[in-house]
Amino acid sequence: MIGRHKHLIGLEPLSREEIVALLQLAVSMKEVLRRPIKKVPTLRGKAVVNLFFEASTRTRTSFETAAKILSADALNWTSSTSSVTKGETLLDTARNIEAMHPDVLVIRHPASGAPQYVAERVGCAVANAGDGAHEHPSQGLLDLFTLAEHFTRVRGKAGVKDVVPDFATIAGKTVTFVGDISHSRVARSDLYGLTKLGARVRFCGPPTMMPLGVETLGATVHHQLREAVEGADAVVMLRIQHERIGDPLIPGTREYSKLWGLNEKKAAEWLTPTCAILHPGPINRGVELSPEVADGPRSVILEQVENGVAVRMAVLYLLAGGAPEQGTSATEGAARP
Amino acid sequence: MNGETIFIEGGRVVDPASGTDGIRTVVVRDGRIAEVAERVERPREGRAIDARGKWVVPGLVDLHVHLREPGQEYKETVETGARAAVAGGFTAVCAMPNTVPPNDGVAVTELVLARARAAGLARVYPVGCISKGLKGEELAEYGDLKNAGCVALSDDGKPVMSSALMRRALEYARTFDLPVTVHEEDLGLVGKGVMNEGPAATRLGLKGVPGAAEEVMVLRDIALAELTGGRLHIAHLSSAGSVRAVREAKRRGLRVTAEATPHHLTLSDEDVARSGYDTDFKMNPPLRSAADVRAVREGLADGTIDCIATDHAPHTLVEKDLEFDVAANGIVGLETAFAVCLALVREGALSERRLLEAFTVGPARAFGLPGGTLAKNAPADVAILAPGLEWRCEPAGFKSKCRNSPWKGAMLVGRCTHTLVGGRLVYEHDKVER
Repeated sequence: MIGRHKHLIGLEPLSREEIVALLQLAVSMKEVLRRPIKKVPTLRGKAVVNLFFEASTRTRTSFETAAKILSADALNWTSSTSSVTKGETLLDTARNIEAMHPDVLVIRHPASGAPQYVAERVGCAVANAGDGAHEHPSQGLLDLFTLAEHFTRVRGKAGVKDVVPDFATIAGKTVTFVGDISHSRVARSDLYGLTKLGARVRFCGPPTMMPLGVETLGATVHHQLREAVEGADAVVMLRIQHERIGDPLIPGTREYSKLWGLNEKKAAEWLTPTCAILHPGPINRGVELSPEVADGPRSVILEQVENGVAVRMAVLYLLAGGAPEQGTSATEGAARP
Repeated sequence: MNGETIFIEGGRVVDPASGTDGIRTVVVRDGRIAEVAERVERPREGRAIDARGKWVVPGLVDLHVHLREPGQEYKETVETGARAAVAGGFTAVCAMPNTVPPNDGVAVTELVLARARAAGLARVYPVGCISKGLKGEELAEYGDLKNAGCVALSDDGKPVMSSALMRRALEYARTFDLPVTVHEEDLGLVGKGVMNEGPAATRLGLKGVPGAAEEVMVLRDIALAELTGGRLHIAHLSSAGSVRAVREAKRRGLRVTAEATPHHLTLSDEDVARSGYDTDFKMNPPLRSAADVRAVREGLADGTIDCIATDHAPHTLVEKDLEFDVAANGIVGLETAFAVCLALVREGALSERRLLEAFTVGPARAFGLPGGTLAKNAPADVAILAPGLEWRCEPAGFKSKCRNSPWKGAMLVGRCTHTLVGGRLVYEHDKVER
């Protein structure tokens, strides 16, 4: 259970307290992740099935790693095609897998609402690993974690690399998202998470990539990059998907990169000195981000990946119900050095 | 013809076509309305229906239903669809031609009519295809379709994307004085959209369809109606811009009529969000914004929209119990239409008289159908409605074969208790079911 919730479908239904409690748990999970022997018996005997209907390397591997560190059995069920073309319905697939008694189903699906649909029809817990353009809650959580770490670092002494993130630092900050907001589940989950924790959110991109009525969700809309990143505490660059070019949302990557891409020069001139740069990956180098920026000192992109494992450990722990006989602590176990 | 004489006594007779509104007795004899009067002597052998506390109205007319026969009898047949119709107070329904095969010729028209005769329930008026095979390429044979019994033409389920073909359809149909019913959506603007474009779609992450996808086609077809002098009927009008376009076309005297569905009059895209991706809220055109709903209500109230039509579209769980993106469009509507729309009267959006007009004489006039009135010698198609009867909408009890209703489980107020078609009592609400 995540607070009152049996499933993790999105950040929209979660309260601020539920989000912060989960993130706090992820802090101890990150400590486990960094141990030389990174294994705790917390979820021994539990099974986590990754049910992926859409290509994914990062998220699937991250959930799998998270499950294995917690000693759960992780299985991957991948389908390159969606249910209809395959001839088996999503419900049949989910029920078949459920019959194998998993404790958590981690679902990625191209159709918005698919994880909720499955959650309403199976007995086990469901974690949404990204559905259409709806939500990607674990990405939202790892972004919150990464941002809090960054803001805590900025607040503290210069040069301190490892900090315990203070999630209260998110309040009052401004985070700008640049790219195809209309197709982005990351932007939506991050928006819900950030606004619940008191941050201001700006969305930036051409009007063709701005979903109608998005300002009703609490973001401000900008079309000029310079204006959107001015004074921002962090900038999240979203991936430009090549299939959108013919859609036609933009004429091509050349002009996009010129107007909405971030390179070293723009970053140096337009961003505040402490502004962090995030990207949910995979990066189109040279389109939304130049390699110098992606690999530069502002980038926290690889920290996002590391933190992704930690928050997914927390998600799986809460959804699978942990293992009471191992003690009440989620991270207690024989592997402690 | 049934020789029995039936006396419908004590009810409030509302017949917008003749202006009658008051407590009357309706006498039905030889399949026709023999008399509507305040005082009528009933002979001892005469059969009486007690209509006290109820409304006695012309049988409701629905210009837009999908009966699925031939080809998709697992969803509905002419018989089960007609049974659902009379249970909802409808005595005449127009069957859309997107069957398998489509109704683009005499054979399918005759099959539908034969099935309707055999069922002996509601009157079923077939609608023929605008284009052969619904392909949008060549005109169907309207002369044959009309002679066989079609009352209108439509490629419903699909827009006629070729402006040139649409022009010729409106022109050629004039030969037979057939209305051309159009399903308006510009497929390029629709793209892969599955619900109304707006804040609700943005939250759900579902691809949106702007109201403009309908409006550009409505505006095009109004221009073509003006060019050709053809009879244009806009099916399931859903957006504020479409209402404005039709209002203006009518003001200019063009031969344009329009219908709205109970769901576009009462539900919005926020209901899709509230339902949590419930595919019984997925239809085409999609449920629009609250502002569109208000505009459609106003259009119905001021006569811009001529009638209420259900777009009764039965689908089974095979088509509906799926991800929202891939589920079929459409909902059943015949058995809930009256109650759902009666709520508009309670909310003050519509007068009782206008509501009944939009269910009876409004649609009958739009397509030139007999019925829709209780005038003396009119066919005795009568619905008796209990406007205060509260009931729970349990789709399992539907006469339709399908259960795809967004009102499942809802408490509804108002229901048909008796339906007469051609003087025969074809439906009586089972009190046990209540």
